[in-house]
Amino acid sequence: MSADTRRGGSRMRLRGLVRKEFLQIVRDPSSIAIAFLMPIFLLLLFGYGVSLDSEHIPLALVVEQPNADTASFTAAFKQSRYFNPVAYADTREAEQALMAGRVNAIVVLRQDFSRQLRQADGAPIQLIVNGVDANTARIISGYVEGAWEKWLEHAALQRGQKLDVPVQMEQREWFNSELRSRNFLVPGLVAIIMTLIGALLTAMVMSREWERGTMEALLVTPLSMSEVILGKLIPYFILGMGGLVLAVSMALFLFEVPLRGSLWVLFATSALFLVTALGMGLLISTVARSQFVAGLVALIATFLPAFLLSGFIFDIGSMPGVVQAITHLIAARYYVAILQTVFLAGNVWSVILPNVLGLAVLASVFLGLTWRNARKRLE
Amino acid sequence: MLGRIFALVVKEFLTLLKDKRSRLVLIVPPLIQLMVFGYAATFDLKNVPFAVYNEDRGFASRELLAAFDGSPSFTRVAQVTHESEIAPLIDAKQVLMVVHVGPNFSADLLSGRPVALQVIVDGRNSNTAMLAINDVSVMVDRFNREWAASHDGNLPPSHVETRAWFNPNLESRWFFLPGIVGILTLLVTMLVTALSVAREREQGTFDQLLVTPLRPVEILIGKTLPGFLIGLAEASVITLAAVFWFKVPLLGSLLTLYTGIVLFLLSGVGVGLMISSFAVTQQQGLLGAFIFMVPSIILSGFATPIRNMPVLVQDITLLNPMRYFLLVLRGVFLEGLPFHLLIQHFWPMALIGAVALSVAGWLFRHRMY
Amino acid sequence: MPAADHMTAASPAANPPDQNALEVGGVSKTFHVGARQVQALQQVSFRVRHGVVTGLVGPDAAGKTTLLRLAAGLLVPDAGTITVLGMDATTQSLAVQGAIGYMPQRFGLYEDLTVQENLDLYADLQGVPELARGERYRELMHMAGLEPFTKRLAGQLSGGMKQKLGLACALVRQPSLLLLDEPTVGVDPLSRRELWEIVYRLVREQGTSVLLSTAYLDEAERCDEVVLLHEGRLLAQGTPAALRDTMRGRTYEIAATNIEKRALQYRIAQAPGVLDSLIQGDHIRVVMVDNSPPNLGILLPGVSGIEMAPVPPRFEDSFVALLKEKSGNEEISRAPLADKTLTDLTHADAGKPIIEVHNLQRRFGNFYAVKNVTFSVGKGEVFGLLGANGAGKSTTFRVLCGLLPPSGGTLRVAGADLRLAAAAARARIGYMSQKFSLYGNLSVVENLRFFANVYGASVYGLSGKQGTSRINWALEEFDLAPMAEYTSGDLSLGYKQRLALACALMHEPEILFLDEPTSGVDPLARREFWSRINALAERGVTVMVTTHFMEEAEYCDRLAIMAAGEILTMGTPASIKAQARSEELREPTMEDAFVGLIKAHEQQEAAA
Repeated sequence: MSADTRRGGSRMRLRGLVRKEFLQIVRDPSSIAIAFLMPIFLLLLFGYGVSLDSEHIPLALVVEQPNADTASFTAAFKQSRYFNPVAYADTREAEQALMAGRVNAIVVLRQDFSRQLRQADGAPIQLIVNGVDANTARIISGYVEGAWEKWLEHAALQRGQKLDVPVQMEQREWFNSELRSRNFLVPGLVAIIMTLIGALLTAMVMSREWERGTMEALLVTPLSMSEVILGKLIPYFILGMGGLVLAVSMALFLFEVPLRGSLWVLFATSALFLVTALGMGLLISTVARSQFVAGLVALIATFLPAFLLSGFIFDIGSMPGVVQAITHLIAARYYVAILQTVFLAGNVWSVILPNVLGLAVLASVFLGLTWRNARKRLE
Repeated sequence: MLGRIFALVVKEFLTLLKDKRSRLVLIVPPLIQLMVFGYAATFDLKNVPFAVYNEDRGFASRELLAAFDGSPSFTRVAQVTHESEIAPLIDAKQVLMVVHVGPNFSADLLSGRPVALQVIVDGRNSNTAMLAINDVSVMVDRFNREWAASHDGNLPPSHVETRAWFNPNLESRWFFLPGIVGILTLLVTMLVTALSVAREREQGTFDQLLVTPLRPVEILIGKTLPGFLIGLAEASVITLAAVFWFKVPLLGSLLTLYTGIVLFLLSGVGVGLMISSFAVTQQQGLLGAFIFMVPSIILSGFATPIRNMPVLVQDITLLNPMRYFLLVLRGVFLEGLPFHLLIQHFWPMALIGAVALSVAGWLFRHRMY
Repeated sequence: MPAADHMTAASPAANPPDQNALEVGGVSKTFHVGARQVQALQQVSFRVRHGVVTGLVGPDAAGKTTLLRLAAGLLVPDAGTITVLGMDATTQSLAVQGAIGYMPQRFGLYEDLTVQENLDLYADLQGVPELARGERYRELMHMAGLEPFTKRLAGQLSGGMKQKLGLACALVRQPSLLLLDEPTVGVDPLSRRELWEIVYRLVREQGTSVLLSTAYLDEAERCDEVVLLHEGRLLAQGTPAALRDTMRGRTYEIAATNIEKRALQYRIAQAPGVLDSLIQGDHIRVVMVDNSPPNLGILLPGVSGIEMAPVPPRFEDSFVALLKEKSGNEEISRAPLADKTLTDLTHADAGKPIIEVHNLQRRFGNFYAVKNVTFSVGKGEVFGLLGANGAGKSTTFRVLCGLLPPSGGTLRVAGADLRLAAAAARARIGYMSQKFSLYGNLSVVENLRFFANVYGASVYGLSGKQGTSRINWALEEFDLAPMAEYTSGDLSLGYKQRLALACALMHEPEILFLDEPTSGVDPLARREFWSRINALAERGVTVMVTTHFMEEAEYCDRLAIMAAGEILTMGTPASIKAQARSEELREPTMEDAFVGLIKAHEQQEAAA
């Protein structure tokens, strides 16, 4: 048997396997649903549902003694899109509303508001926030303080005075000037959804062949193990890329996330990530050999780590060193970094290349382990 | 009847815990994940890398920048000497922020002219960017106040007095850890229940159960109890770890806490069994578990507030038991809410659990293939 | 063309005449099952000649599948060598796999692919050149009789058609050696006959060598040569005729007029000098320990009206003899079901209908799995449903047990519809499903305890002490005591079946439903199983059983033959056989009767 024949035969075998897998996909609509319906459903739900931009925060306003000063200050809240102010007659009632979760914060304008206002070290307004959600609490307090300063400035100007603030902060947010959280959450969601798709598509395909007894028949043909793995990888890769195109188009056109990098970088890196995700699914499937165990492992190892450890929501840099080290095992971590950069910043090679390297290493580890574990034997 | 149920429960426990691998899968990963996620889930910035571009040679800028260096939120990793160096640093994510002090900063400040401190942040993660800006503005405020006090400036004398209830230092870990208790409890109940009926159906043992004198109610109780008890044990362990390891305060009563845990477990086990008895194959069971678990975590208010969602999505979250459980957990842990204030979150979980369990029990005999 | 010499390299013509198709030399293989080690093969050596059909015969867990997998290069032996067509199966496994055809136990078909697509896949994998395919496909489809069905999904084929498609896939590149692992399990006799015709044509016309494993001993008789395996060791090798001839003069048929057949068989089995006894319709077939003629006075003291006649030996006789000599006789001829606690239901109201089915229908979509089935079973009767896979037997059972709602018709089991009746009514039945549904990761005793307790509060009152004694009874009676702590999933099939029966009997049911209780189980285990069933029937337990083993039909009092959801005929075994009697077939077997009925049914269908 010459090397030439072996190669020609290999092409034919691979073609046969890929065609078989495609036919199975077409006949079993659940893989198509996973690849195409799931991204649409999840992106719609989460793209609209997940946002860190707090608006309409319910807020209790307690004005102990209304006068012109308090009226002009509270007007500022009423116009704001960030707050839904509700007036309460006294502090006790407002505190009860806070306890019951009906409001997130209380702004109290003291009885001696006008006097405190002009007093050194006076505190004419008091802010009580519910600190349970620390993030929202910070946003509220930052906003109230900003509003307060602006009002003071405005009031001073009306009196013909000028207030001087020694240092004024001038902030510039690059890449996402309105700090729209959707702009970074949607690319992150794409990464999480692709992780799920990759794992769900492949986590059971190998164990299924074992359980149905077809693997035995495949193994007795002159197939090599790399051909078996490639035969599984290629069809689900194509399917996954289809899902990816869908997800990316939704991100661009529905959620209007800007794409500052080039499309080809986006797809090339996505392809690499998909290989990694499929590789992990194949590895789970190969090692488990029973659908039950494969299912449990997929449930544990895919979604939660990708959600919490990828930098999708929680900043990796702020995690303790050990946890940061663990995040290096999560493929989604690299992909989230690449996506956020390619979408919002552009083709920044100094970010893309190290992360591509990380993905490539993980992909070769997963596929290498799959190849090692899936020897052409039944033991 | 009790004897039969007891036999079933013993059998369920044996099938789950006898095999070393499945015992391992049920116990070890949730505990590891508690440790890892417990540390990972925080919005508090720590050691955020930043660079300084200081064109000023005066002492005022040094004083201001010293405040940055003293803050635990930031770590200075680079010094910029030319404007052109800023972009590569931020692009490559080497720094999240560059603080730019103009050439006449100290001089202008001394002569009472308003000066600007330019802060350039990487907005790719808008949340981190916003948090960084918040921290910077707190520091600038403090600097201003001190400067005004020592230099007779005309600064507004009064300020806002802020108090944060329940979490005075605004530690976001306190917010997330109770959420992680909820997430991991959900994960464990899903692991135990989502494939349990589907697997018995595939292996044919479910038929065997159905021809015995067991009533669907008995099978239901027998299938519910193991998931419930394992979930209860793991929820307790995770709660202990949250309190004693992560030092999250537990202000409310244990009775209230456990009422919430029990009701949540009922709803979680109920939905898991419902998925499992609807599925004909284990693969469908797994798919169902994912399709339930992913939205119930993302739309629970765990990381992003439900309030920020559109009304339609907010309405969908009313069906999510996790949503109520998180409110109960945070209320009991941090706010010390009394039982009666939480009844509004208890009954929806009880209702979801009751409906899901009834559907599961009905499906036992009616889902035939 | 390089592809062409790739083809000829492995074609039969290239085999040197003096070489064997397969040589197995001193092969041993051990598996780890849980913490235990199972010796699947011990020092097995034999040869498979070119151009003949060799049968690999042995009871369950004899090592047949392991041996075939070793030959296909799917396993590596611990010791010994395997040479396939002159190549080493371990080191040259890819080359071996390029030259052989192999059909695994479940045929290795993709059920969601069509017949044509399955063929294409295996043609691609085996590297059949495009140009040669059209001709080859036509040939194979013609041979398998699948020409009209090339566009049908493999999952929608009948068992027999699947088996022929599996064979066609294994043959797509014309292998020199064909390995078939239990190719005829679960397939009706008609399809089995057709498969054998195909195999013999291959051997005759193309000189293919065939090695197949089988649990059907009547099939072993059709092989040119057989290799007998038992517990991983080689027991014998030779032609079936030679093995059969060792039994000449030891086989008889006995009939008695004034004693019931099951009681007669029981007494014969106890008698000295008897190696084996089987119910066969109205007769008892007896195999003696040696060829001295049996003395009826010793065999059946005090019984009159006995007729005895010598009959020709069968291959099965020599197989059973070899195995019994090997494993010692006492185990099998021990008194079956010495059960003192079992309630004696005998003949209180024997014969009164206890299962009644009228015009039963079960539809799945627009496919009728069961249509218009009507029968009734009397108390204490052994009633059999006979038919191929997919004939509707299991569906009928599931409906009777209340596991599926009927689409039409009425049914009563023990006076109630189990689907609607109170839970307690279910305590009167025992059900053993096709797959021997046990909790695989529970131990033997845990399974028993579970079923004892689940029935614990039943009308039979089986609590506390009584439950424990019942478990002891089961361990004792079914010889499960030595493996009480074993994980039941690791047991061999024969033991799984015993355990499943024990579980179904924990609560002493009045009616026993057995769905293919002996499928895949070897003849010895089948005999033992039936001796227990017979004893239960003696005590008045009603037994309903499905099977596709024709010989098992002989054990039944009455049976119904099913095909495509309909009952073709119903009656006693003798009356059904009598229907098939003709000029050229004076003593038809059950199989002849079955095949005749099916053929007639198919003709009727085609005409309609």
